[in-house]
Amino acid sequence: MRAASTFFYRRPYWYVALLLVPPLLWFGTVYLGSLFALLAQSFYRIDDFTAQIVREPTLDTYRQLVTQPANVDIVLRTVSMAICVTIACAIIALPIAIYMARYASGRMKAFFYVGVMLPMWTSYLVKIYAWRLLLAKEGIIAWCFGKLGLTGLLETLLEAPGIGGPSLSSSYLGMFIVFVYMWLPFMILPMAAALERVPGSLLQASADLGARPSQTFRNVMLPLAVPGIAAGSVFTFSLTMGDYIIPSVVGAPGYFIGMMVYVQQGTAGNIPLAAAFSVVPIVLIFVYLGIARRFGAFDAL
Amino acid sequence: MTSAIEFRGVSRVYGDVRAVDDVSFAIEPGEFFAMLGPSGSGKTTSLRLVAGFDVPTSGQVLLDGADVSGVPPYERNVNTVFQDYALFPHMTVLENVAYGPRVRGTSRSERARRAREMLDLVQLGALGGRRPAQLSGGQRQRVALARALINHPKVLLLDEPLGALDLKLREEMQIELKSLQKKLGITFVYVTHDQGEALSMADRVAVFNKGRIEQVAAPRELYARPATAFVARFVGSANVADAALARALGLPQPFAIRAENVAVLGEAGPSPAGSHCAPGAVLAVQFHGAASRWQVKLDAGEVWSAMVTEEDSRALDGLAVGARVRLCWPRAAAVPLNEAGAF
Repeated sequence: MRAASTFFYRRPYWYVALLLVPPLLWFGTVYLGSLFALLAQSFYRIDDFTAQIVREPTLDTYRQLVTQPANVDIVLRTVSMAICVTIACAIIALPIAIYMARYASGRMKAFFYVGVMLPMWTSYLVKIYAWRLLLAKEGIIAWCFGKLGLTGLLETLLEAPGIGGPSLSSSYLGMFIVFVYMWLPFMILPMAAALERVPGSLLQASADLGARPSQTFRNVMLPLAVPGIAAGSVFTFSLTMGDYIIPSVVGAPGYFIGMMVYVQQGTAGNIPLAAAFSVVPIVLIFVYLGIARRFGAFDAL
Repeated sequence: MTSAIEFRGVSRVYGDVRAVDDVSFAIEPGEFFAMLGPSGSGKTTSLRLVAGFDVPTSGQVLLDGADVSGVPPYERNVNTVFQDYALFPHMTVLENVAYGPRVRGTSRSERARRAREMLDLVQLGALGGRRPAQLSGGQRQRVALARALINHPKVLLLDEPLGALDLKLREEMQIELKSLQKKLGITFVYVTHDQGEALSMADRVAVFNKGRIEQVAAPRELYARPATAFVARFVGSANVADAALARALGLPQPFAIRAENVAVLGEAGPSPAGSHCAPGAVLAVQFHGAASRWQVKLDAGEVWSAMVTEEDSRALDGLAVGARVRLCWPRAAAVPLNEAGAF
């Protein structure tokens, strides 16, 4: 034991190697390796007659992805939903995160953190099916609207083109609500973490220099929350982009990227197209982060 | 003349802690006023009451003769240099300095011009484009100063502004701050726990202890005539004889005596004329260059110290730790104290 300690003391590189190699092997092969193996599939194509995968590098699959109107529709539908969900999550999360990070203390703070995380501890499927019941035509939400004499409002909402449908549980509006519910904690937590790190003296300094509370919020609080918003929006955006269960349980029948990946790699057996679809969120996230960085979202880090 | 700042019976209570306890004092316009005290003595809370970050539980805070108890910080003509500088990390140095005019609706070109002027004043003219993270501690300090001065406040509050700097830089900044204050003629309120800093810079010093003010006086007076045992100990660390010790030494009243006024003599021999002496044993001798500090445990119980110059030390050669000695001090140098405080 002692000899081993001396050996590593004299050869620190060996020590670092011993420390890093196992996790790197795990991370590199199991995690990134399998991801790249999947993505590499997107550069193969499927032979239309034999339904066999042709293992030669080609962009045919991507051509299929961007030229077939049905595929483009799916991508646009998913991206629009992901953008709406992300914006709604950011708007709802900001005041909650500010309260949690800057005003709550002691028990109240613990209560809020547990409260935000609690829904994540229960089964994802249970929550989705529960939401389908809540949003159903005879569900509690429609009932509440009725009791408040607002049935007319709900019907007007459901008649809106694009987002409407026969009931909330079979409309994009309902799907949007479930997405926002599901991913809200993933926005609140990084946002609150970013705001926790802001020293109180910065806000005092702003007031001290003559800024009204609204100016302090705009000039100091919000810019310092931006790294948290950026991190949270990566979660909400990518989770919405990749999910296939919510769109298949709640909402209108249109396909989403996740469902398409599921169908293509399963029943259709078109793994190259499934892989190409899964590249879309990754590329979009990289583009988004690039833009956010360009606009100085991470300058305060 | 109206005082720049006045406290009238101000208290600030958190739960059962009286952070500031019935404090009254006034600061004159253009004065360099130091609030000195150990941590938790109420000096920083008092500063926050002036800035408006906190409101008094009772009593009144007056700025320029007007009660500001309900006035928010952004409507007070007072600016603060924070202990951690509180520079906005997402703004450049120039944007930081220009922040005050910006939130008051000054035009972009005008506020950039004024910010550059302020940066020149603190000798950072070339660094306007940098981020705070790219600056040294001393430079950040100057940026914080420029940012606080750009609004031309009537009062500048400084909360331990030099605490994070190393000794040499701190001494340079002390001189610079003092000359800046002279030049601008602004009232400075300077919070510190370092009595050297307070004594060397301030026109007057308020000594805080346990939420109360022990004494407000000019530095020389504070040093020469401390009013209480706390002030005697905290400002220049004098030896204090409380009522019990004074009685044991055969003296009628509690008093303080500075270490440099105390001589160390051998155990036997006559007392010098006009002096009192007390016997004890040497506890430790610390060499400080021009002088040494002798710590002596008096037979009456207390540990006192005597500053002995190198010259006088030679006469004491051969006295080791544990040796019996007498501490003697001229009667006239003893400062009578108001109360027999102990801490």
